[in-house]
Amino acid sequence: MTFDLDTRLAGPLADPAGEAGHTDAPPRMGFFTDTSVCIGCKACEVACKEWNAVPAASTGEQSTGPGDLSGMSYDNTVGLGGSTWRHVAFVEQTGPPPVDLGMPSVPQGADEGDREMRWLMASDVCKHCTHAACLDVCPTGSLFRTEFGTVVVQEDICNGCGYCVPACPYGVIDIRPEDGRAWKCTLCYDRLGAGQEPACAKACPTDSIQYGPLDELRATAATRLADLHDRGMEKAQLYGHDANDGVGGDGAFFLLLDRPEVYGLPPDPIVTTRDLPEMWKHAALTAAGVVVAVAAAFIGGRR
Amino acid sequence: MSRREKLAVPPATVEPAPDFDSYYGRPILKQPTWKVPDVPLYLFSGGLAGASAVLAELAAATGRPALSRVARFGAAGGALAGTGLLIHDLGRPTRFLHMLRVIKPTSPLSIGTWILSPFSALSLAAAASTLTGIAPVLGRVAGVGAAALGGPMTTYTAVLLTNTAIPAWHDAHREMPIVFAGSALAAAGGLAMVGSPTGENTPAVRLGILGAAVELTAAAVLRRRLGFIGEHYHTGRAGAWMRGARALSAAGILGGLLGHRVRGMSAAAGAALLAGSVATRFGVFEAGRASAADPRDVIVPQRARLAARADNSTPLASTPPSSTPPASTPPASPPLAAAPPAS
Ligand code: SF4
Ligand code: SF4
Repeated sequence: MTFDLDTRLAGPLADPAGEAGHTDAPPRMGFFTDTSVCIGCKACEVACKEWNAVPAASTGEQSTGPGDLSGMSYDNTVGLGGSTWRHVAFVEQTGPPPVDLGMPSVPQGADEGDREMRWLMASDVCKHCTHAACLDVCPTGSLFRTEFGTVVVQEDICNGCGYCVPACPYGVIDIRPEDGRAWKCTLCYDRLGAGQEPACAKACPTDSIQYGPLDELRATAATRLADLHDRGMEKAQLYGHDANDGVGGDGAFFLLLDRPEVYGLPPDPIVTTRDLPEMWKHAALTAAGVVVAVAAAFIGGRR
Repeated sequence: MSRREKLAVPPATVEPAPDFDSYYGRPILKQPTWKVPDVPLYLFSGGLAGASAVLAELAAATGRPALSRVARFGAAGGALAGTGLLIHDLGRPTRFLHMLRVIKPTSPLSIGTWILSPFSALSLAAAASTLTGIAPVLGRVAGVGAAALGGPMTTYTAVLLTNTAIPAWHDAHREMPIVFAGSALAAAGGLAMVGSPTGENTPAVRLGILGAAVELTAAAVLRRRLGFIGEHYHTGRAGAWMRGARALSAAGILGGLLGHRVRGMSAAAGAALLAGSVATRFGVFEAGRASAADPRDVIVPQRARLAARADNSTPLASTPPSSTPPASTPPASPPLAAAPPAS
């Protein structure tokens, strides 16, 4: 167990499980979601719901009800939430007028000026942050760090205070209104314990969702990124892989083909508790100021 | 057939062309699930209670029994209301005590509960003693204990809100404790103006005026310093609450200055200060909700931060044509460029 105040709230942290007090923890496990091979089949969404017995959708959740259409391409799940732990985003992009690369093409009866259209699909999930704001702010200890370095809610402890909800810089965790408690991806904690991979990774037909020791996944991702760059996909980028980012790196990271915000991800999230020492300092000074102010109001005798 | 039609995919929504990319304009952050009016009133009650507890003990120590009495009731009432509202806001109210199974310095709600719980017990004991006349010494001791927690009671709620990812709250983490402290002083002074005779109300009037002035000034600084994110304090519901708060606080200040020797005027001014404090809490809360719903608040500053970092980093990173030549740029240690120490 290592404890270093500098890395307790932000910054790179080699061993989150150890820092949380686990001894002899297994290697940190996580997800690498390579969106370049995602086909938008939503098998992950379904597998997650089935394995974890997640209800179809919560009332008032971002998700539309069964049968409703969002108008957002093929995405009728809309976003992560208390009852949506995997969410496949669909982005339809119209590119600049095509450059003739001399590639064979199928005539499509389209106008000459027609632009190329491309799909971006990406399966989003809880990031299992190295410095997880949700976990930091949880007043009951319901959210905890597992021996695998993941972040899990204990539903028998959560009292539905809702603090984790606005604390998450990715907008992942949410309260299920009909239940009153907070829910999010557990990275299939029950399956991990049994040596199984999470349901979504298991179901993914293209290996867009890969599960494994985070170190190995990071190496895989670097290779894949270099490959895509070689092929001229300059906008391809890793997201959440960097231990020096604002959350100390994500346990679930991504390969994206465009800027993160295009997929609904914050471009440069920072764990809010990074600034907490400063906040407490300001609050303590101000609290002292309140006492001084009240005392000052009594100075000068006149009733 | 109609089923089929229903499944037909509608055309992708045409986005207005904003100055940033987003996913169909969806918010990035989740809205706080905290309820209105529970949580704004909880913020108000805690502030009122905390400042009142300090006021009560100093009033008692300086021989102002009537002032002390009303302030003690304010402290106990505020604490009781605050605790009740907090519990009512939980998704699982019966599990309130789960808050007390841990003490987490990283959770302002945990620390806050550990401030609020003893404060409530002590201020209730003090008020009960005042009310019944039983065990005045113990009552006094309890009152002093509550007063010791009074300062923190007025500001921990500011940390509670600012320690979130919501830009209109988080980015205001320097000013928010001052806004809340001012609001608390205005409320405590206001309540004491309502409830104490003119013979004893000088400290209450001073406090109310000072508090409201601090509240107004700090809120103005906060809005200005937040830049475009501060707009959420001007517009919509939050804007209406904040305008109301300004009007009420200003009226309270004026009434306190002019009419503190007249019982009716003083009470009316006190009520205005109380109402101004309430309105501020609602305004701040609504501004946070609006900010959470606005993807721009998250994306634009973060994008700018990345761009600034890329500018400061190696010349290999995409250099906008306008940037200064890399040679003149000091390699200020941007987090991304710093090599991680091989530990
Ligand atoms: S992404 Fe949000 S919910 Fe998931 S671990 Fe990080 S802070 Fe918690
Ligand atoms: S809602 Fe539950 S999991 Fe979230 S912070 Fe509160 S107690 Fe913790």
